[in-house]
Amino acid sequence: MSDFWSGYIIAIIAINIIGCAALLFFTRRKKSGAEENETTGHVYDGIEEYDNPLPRWWLWMFYITIIFSVIYLILYPGLGKFEGVLGWTQTKQYEEEVATADEKYLPLFEQYSAMSIEDLQNEPEALDMGQSIFANTCFGCHGADGRGGIGFPNLTDDEWIYGGTPDDIVYSITEGRQGAMPPWGETLGEEKLSAVLHYVLSENEVERTYREELVEEGRTTYQTYCKACHAEDLSGNPAMGAPNLKDDVWLHGGSISMIKNTIRNGVNANMPPHDKILGKHKIHLVAAYVYSLSHGDEEQSN
Amino acid sequence: MSELKEHNYNYKVIRQFAVMSVVWGIVGMAIGVWIAAQLMFPALNFDTAWLSFGRLRPLHTNAVIFAFGGCVLMGTSFYCVQRTSYARLISDKLAAFVFWGWQAVIVAAVITLPMGLTSTKEYAELEWPIDILIAIVWIAYAIVFFGTIIKRKVSHIYVANWFFGAFIITIAILHVVNSAALPIDWTSFKSYSAYAGAIDAMVQWWYGHNAVGFYLTAGFLGIMYYFVPKQAERPVYSYRLSIVHFWALIAVYMWAGPHHLHYSSLPDWAQSAGMVFSIILLAPSWGGMINGIMTLSGAWHKLRTDPIIKFLIVSLSFYGMSTFEGPMMSIKTVNALSHNTDWTIGHVHSGALGWVAMVSIGALYAMIPSVFGKAKMYSISLINLHFWLSTIGVVLYIASMWIAGVTQGLMWRATNPDGTLTYTFVQSLEATYPYYGIRLLGGFIFLAGMFVMAYNVIKTISNPGKADTKIPQPAH
Repeated sequence: MSDFWSGYIIAIIAINIIGCAALLFFTRRKKSGAEENETTGHVYDGIEEYDNPLPRWWLWMFYITIIFSVIYLILYPGLGKFEGVLGWTQTKQYEEEVATADEKYLPLFEQYSAMSIEDLQNEPEALDMGQSIFANTCFGCHGADGRGGIGFPNLTDDEWIYGGTPDDIVYSITEGRQGAMPPWGETLGEEKLSAVLHYVLSENEVERTYREELVEEGRTTYQTYCKACHAEDLSGNPAMGAPNLKDDVWLHGGSISMIKNTIRNGVNANMPPHDKILGKHKIHLVAAYVYSLSHGDEEQSN
Repeated sequence: MSELKEHNYNYKVIRQFAVMSVVWGIVGMAIGVWIAAQLMFPALNFDTAWLSFGRLRPLHTNAVIFAFGGCVLMGTSFYCVQRTSYARLISDKLAAFVFWGWQAVIVAAVITLPMGLTSTKEYAELEWPIDILIAIVWIAYAIVFFGTIIKRKVSHIYVANWFFGAFIITIAILHVVNSAALPIDWTSFKSYSAYAGAIDAMVQWWYGHNAVGFYLTAGFLGIMYYFVPKQAERPVYSYRLSIVHFWALIAVYMWAGPHHLHYSSLPDWAQSAGMVFSIILLAPSWGGMINGIMTLSGAWHKLRTDPIIKFLIVSLSFYGMSTFEGPMMSIKTVNALSHNTDWTIGHVHSGALGWVAMVSIGALYAMIPSVFGKAKMYSISLINLHFWLSTIGVVLYIASMWIAGVTQGLMWRATNPDGTLTYTFVQSLEATYPYYGIRLLGGFIFLAGMFVMAYNVIKTISNPGKADTKIPQPAH
């Protein structure tokens, strides 16, 4: 802030506060000689005005707020470039609160970060912390119970688009994931689009109704356009985030019209990176919790 | 003929504004009740974009503030300025333009806001073509108002007219500065603000808080200063207090906006300045309440027989309460708890329903018989019923929102011993849910009162008498 603007701010704040004080000071007394219940003599549409003095309690309340303000502006930043006697800023307040919290909580977080995610499965308190972080950060997309929804993966079913090892999960949370399925509607045309859909349905591990006569053409189309990402046997490719198409888990909806829509229009799925939102300690805990959603029973039985 | 006309008040435009006040009051509050219900039952948006909360909420705020509040302010100010200046409005045609122009603005808002056409600035959502129309109508309003003051037959300007005058001038400045925007082309209803980032936020809340200060406070204090002494048949308590609190109020309100932006990217100095002036604002705000209530003192016995006085006195009480609450919420540590919670919603409604709506309703009940040539409203007991519906409605509304807001603020900040958050956001919503029910009930009761008013008004004006419009000679 330049000296000019600093001086300008100080001047207008001072004029306003001193102006209020002066206004009160010069009007605080009753006019000499005025009688009780005497009006000003003005009459407007039958309305008259007394000229009672300012109520004392009100006057003092006004003075006190002015005194408070002056003290506040000496202690805290407010008068242009003047930083205030206490040297307070909201940034410093934030940094101090973070430092206090780190001092209090960091040892516990570091203790858990030093343990592997598999080992944390036996630490209920760590999983509770992970759950609390999940419930406040992840629930918006993945749901309070981690079951997700259309477009948002279910984290409880042990089917993983980008891999389900602890390292994969930590990576997904830290760096985020970008899924990009291009739109195929124009390339394929309606006929081939239907064919490839029914081929995919015919290969499903769970029995689904499909049109037998389209399967052959669909297989050819699939091998030409789809296998590069989703693999020849439809098992998908975690490295690309191309889902398994046989397991009857349908991220973008499993009805015929929804699958068709996905093929026709493509999908851009985006898991944002959380390294700056959570930091590595919290990511470690929330990854342990996410891991537990699909491994919990197995671990306990061990 | 014009000679004759000049000796009479123009009541036609006041009748029009008075009737539309009731109509828009019902419309605006009904939308409010509807969106309060949507917060409890989200299915009520019927998966229809223009019925969704995000589209209807700005329609609610615009309808109650600018449609209902605007018609009340324009009607009562034209009534007050004529009668206290002993002069007819300077131009009937311009006054008619103000009425029809303002209705056009409202209709444009009712069409464009549900379509999703919005500048996204709170309480200034209307897009640039409508903003231009508002500016033109407002200038016409100012010309009629100040022109009438200029030709007054008494030497002094009555205090109510200072407040109306300050409100009219300031709103013009606020509106023009805050609405400055660049349209993307001349045929579309889309524009971008002339300001960016933190400056845009500061300009918006300089506008936003002064809309509260000058539109919803100074304007309605003008109503109070005319109708309270008139209805109580008592002199105003203190001329001196009215001068002191007027100048302090309009000087200090200008500064209060930054308290909407505590702990944000707004520089620390601006936040502090906003906070200290918000606290200084307490006494100037209370000056109006003291003057109103002390004017009524000596006429307490009228509370038993005149429900209009009840409306006025209770509105002043809510005014005092919300202008105490406001400075308190502007203190940074309090704001850290209250910001983004329903406490703010409760605070706004204790001002908007308790003060603005109730003083308006009282004034309308006093003014409507006068401009329609009746001795009094069709039914005094229905006014009394309306009073109780309004009071109970407001109390349910603000008490439930206080509890909900403080609950939310405490739940959001609660932490476990391990440093993680105790509650999820959904849990705070769950805790709020019953209070949303009470709020809906309170809003519904308040709206029911407006229907009682509509019936009473229709009965009063359906057989109008000959209003006494003759301008008397000033007393001295």
